[in-house]
Amino acid sequence: MTLYQDQILDHYRNPRNFGSLEKPTNQASALNPTCGDSLHMDITVENGTIVDVRFNGSGCAISLASASLLTEHVKGKSAETISALEPKTVLELLGVPLSPVRLKCGLLSLETMKKALTNK
Amino acid sequence: MLDPKIIQKDFPIFESNPDLIYLDNAATALKPRAVIEAMNQYYFEYSTNVGRGLYPLAESATLAFEEARKTVARFIHAESKETIVFTSNATQGINLVALGIEHQLNNTHTIVVTELEHHSNYLPWKELARRTGAKLRSVHFTGAGMIDANHLASLIDEKTSVVAFSAVSNVFGVVNPVKELISTVREKNQKALILIDACQIAGHCSIDIEDWGADFVVFSGHKLFGPTGIGILAGKRQSFERLIPMNVGGGTVLDACSPETEYKSLPENLEGGTPNIAGAIGLAEAIRYVEAIGLKAIHEHEVALTHSTLQKLQAAFGNAINILGTEDTERRVGIISFTLDGLHPHDLAHLLGEENICVRAGEHCAAPLHRALQLPATTRLSLSIYTTGEDIDRLIEAMGQIRSIFEPQKRAF
Repeated sequence: MTLYQDQILDHYRNPRNFGSLEKPTNQASALNPTCGDSLHMDITVENGTIVDVRFNGSGCAISLASASLLTEHVKGKSAETISALEPKTVLELLGVPLSPVRLKCGLLSLETMKKALTNK
Repeated sequence: MLDPKIIQKDFPIFESNPDLIYLDNAATALKPRAVIEAMNQYYFEYSTNVGRGLYPLAESATLAFEEARKTVARFIHAESKETIVFTSNATQGINLVALGIEHQLNNTHTIVVTELEHHSNYLPWKELARRTGAKLRSVHFTGAGMIDANHLASLIDEKTSVVAFSAVSNVFGVVNPVKELISTVREKNQKALILIDACQIAGHCSIDIEDWGADFVVFSGHKLFGPTGIGILAGKRQSFERLIPMNVGGGTVLDACSPETEYKSLPENLEGGTPNIAGAIGLAEAIRYVEAIGLKAIHEHEVALTHSTLQKLQAAFGNAINILGTEDTERRVGIISFTLDGLHPHDLAHLLGEENICVRAGEHCAAPLHRALQLPATTRLSLSIYTTGEDIDRLIEAMGQIRSIFEPQKRAF
């Protein structure tokens, strides 16, 4: 049970910001082809600031918990800062070391978010 | 009946990993000591090249390599050892055929594959279709996990130039009636080139390529207890003659200087470069190992263990588990793919891994199959001759514990 700490299980069972936005300014979907996970993100950016974000999709506990944690983290931050967010930050949010195989699960949320921020 | 506990003693990996429960045999099988030793013997005692040298050691290597070819030919009832081509794996064999037949295809042709194919038997044909303008058609599968024979028949006509399908899907683990399916194709088209991916049947059921009537059969060595990096492309001599050699170079040529290069005859014309000599020797040893246990005993063990595993899974998880493919275990090899409510396959496989129980999660290189079933991913168990009933009990106990951690009923969505 090294990987599945309480925080990850909590965010998996009760994901924050799960759902969709009616009129997002930005959105994107991304796939993790090795495991079939898919994430979709809706983001509302106002004056360069991320004011709201929702995600949905299907995936393992790591990918969904990471999406939940990331959406909490980005609210109120500048879109520019988040567009340049390092994977390291997401891994710190997760709080557990990921093996190379699970990195893709943990970073799918960041990939989707960055894609959304360049998509209008 | 074979005794898996005794079989385990033939596999050194269980000495370094005494608690190992290895249920990923459809990805690759473990290696018996005899195979490792046969390869070591080549490397230690006569690691010379084949075909060229005139000194005794090179003759020994050539002899062992050609004996390996004979062993493979006997194993799959091929017409001769010359129609056995060593490849690096099944994928390379399929690509050699797809590239070699390209000159005969154009945009009036169709290529027929099935939705249950591994990417190895899908992408080479998809790309061949793209390059030639031929149309790619995909045959549906049935709820039992088998190729839909009626749909296959409906997609074949006189413009079909290639038909490629698997004897056993690497996800469903259900044995297709290869001979009957080939007859179905032949009733509508005499000339189409038929290729069978035998990766998941080799070493589980006997293969008789003459009886099947296929033009080509491919399989890899490592799934039948042989080493990685060696595979087989076998076929009819007349079918090989339709191919342009696409891997030319050292060892393939009679006259390299003539304006029209003159190539050697089968199988050398398709085996460019120094082959995987140790791999071929290891594969032959693996085949002898399988033959010594007996394919009948192997199949009986797999059927019985698959049967009891399906019963145990259903007893433990009831309606929460969805097992793919037929319940008729007589028609199966030891592959069981499933989904379990509330538990993503990656999480399950990862946590089982922490218990030293090796299973596979994901699409298993069969995205079209998962897309057709509208499943993002499945968990796959694949049993083998060293798998015991106790292994399955430990697996199911661990699955139950993992499921309780995730408490699917508490999930908010």
